[in-house]
Amino acid sequence: MTPTDFNAILPILVLAGYGCVLLLVDLLVPEHRKRITAWLALLGLAAAALGHVAWPAGGRLVAFGGMLVADGYALFFNLLFLGSAALTVLLAFNYLPRTGLERGEFYVLLLFTVLGMMLMGQAADLIVVFLALELLSIPLYILSGLARSRPSSEEAALKYFLLGAFSSAFLVYGIALVYGATGSTNLELVLAAANGGNPRLALLLAGVGLVLVGLGFKVAAVPFHMWTPDVYDGAPSVVTAFMSVGAKAGGFAALLRIFVVAFPDLAGQWGFVAAVIAALTMILGNFAAIAQSNIKRMLAYSSIAHAGYILMGLAAASAAGASLREFAVGAALFYLAAYTVTNLGAWAVVMAVERADSGTASTGLNLSDYAGLGWRRPGLALAMALFMLSLTGVPPTIGFVGKFYVFRAALDAGYLWLALIGVLTSLASAYYYLRIVIIMYMQEGQPVTVSRPALNFAVAVTALATFLFGILPGPLMSAATNAVMGFAR
Amino acid sequence: MPVNVETVIFFLLAAMAIGAAVGLLLSRNAVHSALFLVLNFAVVSVFFLFLAAPFIAMVQVTVYAGAIMVLFLFVIMLLGAELLRGGASGRWHSALAVVLAAGFVGVLGYVAFFSGIAPEALPNVDAGFGGPQLLGMDLFQTYLLPFELTSLLLLVAMIGAVVLTRDARTRSAAGPGARP
Amino acid sequence: MDNFWPIVIEAAIKSVFIIFVLATGFAYMTFAERRVAALLQTRLGPNRVGPFGLLQPLADAIKLIFKEELIPGGADKVIFLLAPVITVIPALVILAVVPWGPTAPIHCCQVTIPGLNITLGGAYFTIQSGLGLADVNVGLLYILSVASIAVYGVVLAGWSSDNKYAMLGGIRSSAQMVSYELALGLSVVGPIMLAQSMSMVDIVNAQSRVWFVVYQPVGALIFYLATLAEVNRAPFDMPEAEQELTAGYHTEYSGMKFSLFFMAEYIKMIGVSAIFATLFLGGWRGPMAEQVPLLGMAYFFAKIAASLFFMIWLRSTHPRLRYDRLMALGWKVLLPLALANVVVTAAALIDTTLFAIVVGALVLIGVVALAAYAWRRRASAGGRAAVAQSPAT
Repeated sequence: MTPTDFNAILPILVLAGYGCVLLLVDLLVPEHRKRITAWLALLGLAAAALGHVAWPAGGRLVAFGGMLVADGYALFFNLLFLGSAALTVLLAFNYLPRTGLERGEFYVLLLFTVLGMMLMGQAADLIVVFLALELLSIPLYILSGLARSRPSSEEAALKYFLLGAFSSAFLVYGIALVYGATGSTNLELVLAAANGGNPRLALLLAGVGLVLVGLGFKVAAVPFHMWTPDVYDGAPSVVTAFMSVGAKAGGFAALLRIFVVAFPDLAGQWGFVAAVIAALTMILGNFAAIAQSNIKRMLAYSSIAHAGYILMGLAAASAAGASLREFAVGAALFYLAAYTVTNLGAWAVVMAVERADSGTASTGLNLSDYAGLGWRRPGLALAMALFMLSLTGVPPTIGFVGKFYVFRAALDAGYLWLALIGVLTSLASAYYYLRIVIIMYMQEGQPVTVSRPALNFAVAVTALATFLFGILPGPLMSAATNAVMGFAR
Repeated sequence: MPVNVETVIFFLLAAMAIGAAVGLLLSRNAVHSALFLVLNFAVVSVFFLFLAAPFIAMVQVTVYAGAIMVLFLFVIMLLGAELLRGGASGRWHSALAVVLAAGFVGVLGYVAFFSGIAPEALPNVDAGFGGPQLLGMDLFQTYLLPFELTSLLLLVAMIGAVVLTRDARTRSAAGPGARP
Repeated sequence: MDNFWPIVIEAAIKSVFIIFVLATGFAYMTFAERRVAALLQTRLGPNRVGPFGLLQPLADAIKLIFKEELIPGGADKVIFLLAPVITVIPALVILAVVPWGPTAPIHCCQVTIPGLNITLGGAYFTIQSGLGLADVNVGLLYILSVASIAVYGVVLAGWSSDNKYAMLGGIRSSAQMVSYELALGLSVVGPIMLAQSMSMVDIVNAQSRVWFVVYQPVGALIFYLATLAEVNRAPFDMPEAEQELTAGYHTEYSGMKFSLFFMAEYIKMIGVSAIFATLFLGGWRGPMAEQVPLLGMAYFFAKIAASLFFMIWLRSTHPRLRYDRLMALGWKVLLPLALANVVVTAAALIDTTLFAIVVGALVLIGVVALAAYAWRRRASAGGRAAVAQSPAT
């Protein structure tokens, strides 16, 4: 391992080592004091974030013979993953003991899945992408089944595992075909081999298509979304919260890099496919969400819909011209960050309202359970309203800015119809997002909620970010722009 | 194609491999299916020997036949699930499978005989090719990162198996040395 | 492939030799075991048939051949018949890669087999041939893979008999053998690293000065224990624990089929002893062995005999382990120990400082782990006092 290798992998290395040590240390933490493990996990995430100081500012490290890169793009995603994991730990802080699911392994597995996500962003080789995807997925399969006493949780784990394994097979097959067509799994070498007309174009296209399918499963794009509602509904809410942002961002981290770095020459072919998938995803996600009466299922369909908006960024990244592509990828990155912040906040509110004691008839997960929240918990309701507005894409929230950039990228790339579908589906989504606001403020009810410092802190942070970046998107946008500087060539 | 001993052995083994695969599909008893699969693995490992990859050949037997299939058998026996019951969708399934398989064979046949893509001759390989030393060099130098990631992956899978199978009841009752 | 047939003929002759040695070895191994165990337990043992009872194996064989062969009604006939065969074959082929002597001149007489293009002639000639069936660069892996196949015989016998005892024996054995294979596989990494080769011939050659048991005492111990478990030998003979399972996986077998299982067990004992001798005791090496190849073979057989004697000794003096203890030994003691052994060996091969650091770190980890374990036991002892005091069932 050369010094470059070491520097490029330092954050991941820190996290991996810390995860292993935490696994052992957790054995010494008594059963009823797992909060110590949670604090230690937060410390590990912070240490991994600190590890990024080894990366050159604005520069780019290529390590392990081109298998791993450390660039601005990876930095953006790594910080996104670490931040959302830290918020998840805060949410788990109260949620796990309350639901009787508290186990030290939760935090260890969380660290490992974050590790997989970080690798997704840094991978520059299809083999590493595959391993990263597995490292991302397997802890999530396990965490989905953490509430084994509930059959729905077991069902979620099994469904997620089976379909995840299925999608991995697609991905591997796609990688094999790409390798067969180009003789390499390294993205740069694939690019070189695909450049200027590959003699095995059919093979290459089949491979690219299968890679798209495999990663499409992970980001829950239509028509590979079937698992999403059941899994999101069955898994413990804190796991769903993290899964809905982390796994999606991880999938997109690899998707954007693979398609923009390795296959720009095939953009004519995959651009349209991505656009169609994006359109289908937006339409189905939003319209199916309208029919839901369970908040977890509603947010599941909503997350499918948002995958569509991000895919719009991918479709726009098929445009001719490096600057347009970079703008599109930057827009997708911004949208991902916006979605992550908002969605985590929304899930935090869901957890505040969710009834943990399984004995009671009401689970606190129905939309009607939010009636009266505006009067009983004004702060929480205000935050929820803000999140819902942001998910809809109403100013002055971060969601609006995200949608604005993505739509503009689509327009610049010549996908007028796609942008139109995006706007129309956003309008449709207002129906079910604003319904919650109406229920909270206009209906009478006695909601039972939880109020704990960590939870309230998480809600406050995400709400503040949603609002502030909505008014002043500049810093985040410039971060996203810097992240993709020189990304597409 | 020159007929020599290797060719004859190859075709004999190929027939065995295909026979084993068909047997795997057709037998109604899960244990028989598993054994056919073991036979298939063993034959495939001989193919690896032909391809000058002794290390892979041995690993194929050790890992697939020796470890994974034993666990398969273990599960089949433990669950008593050896006899398959034909489901309602059985016929529909098998018809579709036959069509897909025929299509696949068609594609392969087309590529092999009509597409004009000539098989490339196997390159001559060095003495140590496929042996443990060269493979070790590759694994621990060129592919160090994927290799280590795989080990991490296995660790996670192991943690998962423990987390999902150990439930709260045994967790609190079973101390070190206590019996389940 | 010009020299195809000569190779085949040479291999065939050597194979026949190995099988002959193993089959004879098996017959007299049963006899030796009964006599030695008797001696250790101050009994006489079989001493009636022939001088000192030496014809006893023959008598046993005749008895077994004429026994009635039963096939249970509910048995899966094909697999029931196949299981003993599957058990014996790995036991017979496992020694293919083990050298039993140095390269030796073999005096041959040229012969012709009609139709095979080998010229007739009566000339005598000499070829240099390694004493051993094959020298392949993945020899040790071959042994591990054959050993991993061996479990099928027992499992299938247990399953196909349609008998609960047999089934339990089969399941136990699969769990046991798969568990101990891990420690087994790790324990041979030491010799591989020292010899820098997986070829058994290279491993023997690397021991020309010092036997590997000197460098690898822990590895040798782990290997020996793990192979005992692999061949289902006492004190790890769970699959056939008489007191619990009647006779385990071979409860329903009789006559020749039973004797095949019996044969496989003893041949496996000889096989693993030979492998142990090769890996850790210098194989055929000994004074003057290179000059006199036959002496090398004699050393090799003497080492095998010593190992076999030790196995008999263990069996007649040690009770069978309880099943959960057996698994705990495999997973919690042998496996970590084997892993630590690999790390320490690797460090020692690089340089002394690293070796010291690694050993220090391992000792530290061990001490911390033990302290933590003790602390946790004490911390959680209060709530579990009732459980801990209840008698073990």
